[in-house]
Order: sequence, then C-alpha cells, then structure tokens
Amino acid sequence: MATSSALPVRAWRRVWSGTGSRHLLLALLGLLAVIVYVEAASDFRNLQFAAFGYLGIAAGGLTVLTGLNGQLSLGHGAFMAIGAYTTALFLDDGSPVVPLLGVLVVATLVTVLAGALIGAAAARLHGPYIAGATLALAVGVPGIALHFSDTLGGEQGLGVVAPPVPVWLLDLDYFFTGRDLTPSRYLSYVVWVCLIVTFVLLANLSRSRVGRRWRAVRDDDVAAEVAGIHLGRARVSAFVVSTACAGLAGAVMALVVRLTAPGGYTLTLSLTLLTAVVLGGLGSLWGALIGAGLLSYLPQLATNVGESLGLDQTRAAELAPLVYGAVMIAVILLAPTGIAGAVRALRARRTARAERPPPQTTESTVQQGEMSR
Amino acid sequence: MPHAPAFAMNGVTVRFGGITALDAVDLEVPRGRVLGVIGPNGAGKTTLFNVACGFVTPAEGSVRRDGQPLTGLKPHHLPRHRMARTLQGLGLFERVSVLENVMVGADRTATSGFLSSLLALPRSAADERRLRERALTTLDELGIADYADRVPGSLPYAIRKRVALARALVGEPELLLLDEPASGLSDEEMESLGDLILACRERMSVMLVEHHMDLVMRVCDSIVVLDFGRVIAHGTPDEVREDPAVLAAYLGDEVDRTAAEVPR
Ligand SMILES: Nc1ncnc2c1ncn2[C@@H]1O[C@H](COP(=O)(O)OP(=O)(O)O)[C@@H](O)[C@H]1O
Ligand SMILES: [Mg+2]
Repeated sequence: MATSSALPVRAWRRVWSGTGSRHLLLALLGLLAVIVYVEAASDFRNLQFAAFGYLGIAAGGLTVLTGLNGQLSLGHGAFMAIGAYTTALFLDDGSPVVPLLGVLVVATLVTVLAGALIGAAAARLHGPYIAGATLALAVGVPGIALHFSDTLGGEQGLGVVAPPVPVWLLDLDYFFTGRDLTPSRYLSYVVWVCLIVTFVLLANLSRSRVGRRWRAVRDDDVAAEVAGIHLGRARVSAFVVSTACAGLAGAVMALVVRLTAPGGYTLTLSLTLLTAVVLGGLGSLWGALIGAGLLSYLPQLATNVGESLGLDQTRAAELAPLVYGAVMIAVILLAPTGIAGAVRALRARRTARAERPPPQTTESTVQQGEMSR
Repeated sequence: MPHAPAFAMNGVTVRFGGITALDAVDLEVPRGRVLGVIGPNGAGKTTLFNVACGFVTPAEGSVRRDGQPLTGLKPHHLPRHRMARTLQGLGLFERVSVLENVMVGADRTATSGFLSSLLALPRSAADERRLRERALTTLDELGIADYADRVPGSLPYAIRKRVALARALVGEPELLLLDEPASGLSDEEMESLGDLILACRERMSVMLVEHHMDLVMRVCDSIVVLDFGRVIAHGTPDEVREDPAVLAAYLGDEVDRTAAEVPR
C-alpha cells in the first residue's frame, strides 16, 4: 500500500479491505438499487420481487450449510414452514399485539430452536442419512399442520394479515416520491431489507474464523479435528445459522403470500431451494441470489417469450418447465461450479493472463478466497 | 514436574476385536528430542499415533503430556495441549487457499467468538489480521509464501506436504507428531525435510513414524521398534541398527522392502 496514494484512494482502500466496512458498503449500494426498483416497479412486479427476495434469503442460508459446510438438507422448506406458521399465528387478524420486527425475530428464533435440535441429530449422521432425515422433515412438517388443524388451519391453512405500513415510512416515502406507499411496495421493502441484513451477516461469518472452520470441516473432517475444531459444534452452528435464514424467509413469505398452508411448503419448495443454490454456485452468496432470481423469473420469462412468439397461453405456460430444464442442463454442462463459480474462474483466468503466468497453473482460483493481504 | 518427558505412554494396550494392535507399549519423548517409531506394516504405528491423538482410547495404560495424564483426550483437544499432528495422506483443505489452510492451524490463538464474527466487530478483524500474519510468517519460514493464494490442488506434491507441515507448525506446538512425512518425496526433498525436523527440535519435541531409514537414522535421537503391537527394541539409532530382534523382524517381513534396507 503506497503511502503516496491520494487520500480518497486510501480511504477507499481502507473501506474495501475491512470485512465489515466492505459488506456495509455493498449493503448500502444494494439498498439503493432496491429502492430504485421498488419505487419504479408496479405492485405486481413488487410482489414478484418480494417472492424473489424470500427465496433468496432461504437460498443464502442453504448455501452456508451445503456450500460452506458440506451438509445436505432436503428439508429447508420445512424450516420455512416453521417460520411461516409462527408468523401466521401472530398475524391472523388485523390487530397485531407484537410489532412486525418482533414477529420476525420470534419466528426466526422458533425456527432456530427446531434447527438446533435437528442439527444436533444431523451432526451425528453422515451423507445419505442426513439427506434421509431432512427429507423426512420436508415431508413430515406439513403433515403436522394437518394433524393440528384446530390451531394450524389444516389444509386451508392460516390467513396472514400484514400489519399496516408504519406512519413514519409512509411520510418518508411520500416526501420523496409524492405518492402513497402501497402495501405491496412496503412488503417488498420488508423482504429486501431482511435479505440485505441476512446477507451482510452471512458474508461476515463466511469471511471470519467461523466460516473458515466450516470450510475446513467440509473439506477434510479428520484434518479439521486434529487442527482443534470441534466437529459437532461446527456442524450444528452451520445448521442453526442456515435454519435461522429459512425461518426468516418463511416469516416474510407468509406476509407476502398472505396465507400459510401446507401446500406452500411441500418437498418441491425444499428442492427448489437446493436447485437455486446449485445453479448459482455452491458456497457463494452471490450465486445463491442469482439462483433464486433465475428460479423466480425464468418461468414467467419463458411464458412471455412463448406468447410473443405466437403460442397460445397454455402452450406458452408449458414452455416454462422446458426452459427450466434446459437451463439446468446448460449450467451443469457448461458451468459445473455454478454461475458464480464460472464467473470467478473467468476472472481468475483474466488476471492470470494479465500478470505473469504462475508456475504450472491449471486452476488457481480460490473459492471465496481473500486476495488482499 | 521439570523433568517429565514431553510425552509418554505407559503400558498402552489397544485391541480391535481379537487383534491386539498395541500390547503394553511404553515409550517416552524427552523434551527437545526426536523419537522415531518404526516397524513392519501392521505393527501398530498408526494405532499408536491414533492413541496419542485421542482417536483411539486405549483399553489399558496411560498417556502423559509433560507428566500430566491425558485422560479422555479428543482429537480437537490437541492444540490445547500444544500438540500438532500431520496426517499420512496430506489432509489439506482442498477448496480453500494455502494461506487459509495454514490459518486453520493457527485458530487456537484466536479469541473472537461467534458474535464478533457475525457482526464483523473490530475484535474479529484483529484476529483475522493476526492469524494471516502468523500464517504468512510460517509459510515464509518454510519457503512457500509465494503459494499463499493458491489452492492446494494446483501445487506439486512436495509443496503440498510443506503446506501440511506449515499448518501443524503455525500453532507453535510443543509436541509434533509426524505420520510418514517423507512418503512421496524425492531424495533431495527428503534431505531438506530432515533439516527442517532438526531445526524444529530447538522449539519442540517430535515423534515420527517413517519408512525411510536414512531419514529416521539421521534425525532421530532415539528409536522405538514395534512388531505385532509390541516394543521389540528401543535405543539410539546405532543400538537399534545392531539389534538382532530388529533384524529378525524386518527380514521376516517381505512387504516392507525399504525398511529392510537398514544401512550398516
Ligand atoms: N480400526 C481398526 N479396526 C480393526 N483393526 C485395526 C484397526 N486399525 C488397525 N487395525 C489392525 O491393527 C493392527 C495395527 O495396524 P496399524 O496401526 O495400522 O499398523 P501400521 O501403521 O504399523 O502399519 C493391524 O493388524 C491392523 O489390521
Ligand atoms: Mg500405518
């Protein structure tokens, strides 16, 4: 770091080289982008955007578990259900007793509790058994709602009434835009603020010794143990962090969907999350976001393209799974490390070409690697 | 206890079903010394290391570190007892950089908890900086600092072995356990590994399992010979070389050619 650099350059470097400050800066930029989009988009688009957001939160959590710690979960939809049902129980009529933030926190904590129990069990299991246990969870949890249909609403589920937009936010938004903040826009904000906060915290963890221990356990558990890492603690903590995200995602999903019913939390949801994480690139938070975005918008996009090509509506709708499958296959063939992985490899190749070629490099990319010293 | 050895086993016995993998084994690693453990295949060397690391709990006998019994030892306790072990098959973290591999080995010296990591508090940042500096210093000492940002998979085998050694050394252990550190190395690389081990002796005690007799004879202060789980000989390299029981054990073992070539 040259001391002769101009002050702004130095200030920038300081912000960028500090883990916390870099993540906060990215969060601010992200928030700006979110504000621009939410204010510009229609109510319909905003609900779609919110759906992208809650999928993104859950995918971010799953990528920590699967990508950073190497544990597979086929049951993250079930943890979303726990968060969603907790929220629904608080917000089943228009007169909430707890402020929204409180509801979200409680829903997350309840899910964390369940996650800690399951995680402790999963830490003792291996590969296929974890998959089996979490699969059972994905299938079993919606069944609980059916069993306790008196409190949990059975097949019909529970209605969720989102609390009204807080007055200060209404005023603030009116001040800048000159129109009233609609409930859809408000929910979009709620989801995306949650996402940004979640991702900042996950990125902090990933870049700390906690994240490094998770990766060590993922890559070689015997070596990690000999290096002083308590395997059980590392695995359970990854599970808990991951389920906290799923719980929060479920909570905001309940707000957006306005209904929490077993049909929304089937195995399909769990598999969708896993798909998003794999498509985006295991272990990369950006990748999780990209994957969630793809899964949220691709079906709609395919249908639109089909219609504009002159297909009738049903035909166009049939295009969605086809495109979906094609994208899956393309990513697996062309970018086995996911979209984020492919971008990283491309960037590494470019810098490698720019600098002197290091001795016999084939792939010198470092996953989530810190290049700064 | 000022005169207690850095590490000692007394009457350690391990059974796997009908097999007695270790039979009342006694050994000592005095401070600042290098103890070699040799023996034909299946003699119990790896099991002995596994007992020293807490992977295997002996049926009988005790293990002591600086005179203190290590009861209920678990592998993740090793850094806490200032012990470090390298694994027979590298055991590097393949998808993280060399630097971060080594930083894992230094994790013992960090103090920041989950919360300061989650919130990226200054405490966590300070820890990261310190771990990184420590790791870089160790990489530099082993002459592989240039590879810090690479992933292990892209590096030659000898370099990877050094990374594994760096990960063990960075925590500043007082007792280093090396499981076949020379396997897969060329003569030249083995020579510099020997230099390294001898240099380590200033700061720590070493116990090493190794097949390459040249290396063992060069760096060890004393040697324990195992056969069928029993200590059949122990002494200085010269004493062990002359021991008829050792010669018999090795000549009877056709699998282990390298070990049989005991230089006279
Ligand atoms: N986990 C185990 N279960 C059953 N038998 C084992 C196990 N580990 C080692 N053994 C047996 O104990 C004996 C000693 O093995 P080991 O310590 O690996 O020898 P070495 O490392 O000297 O080649 C061998 O007979 C081996 O088959
Ligand atoms: Mg062995």
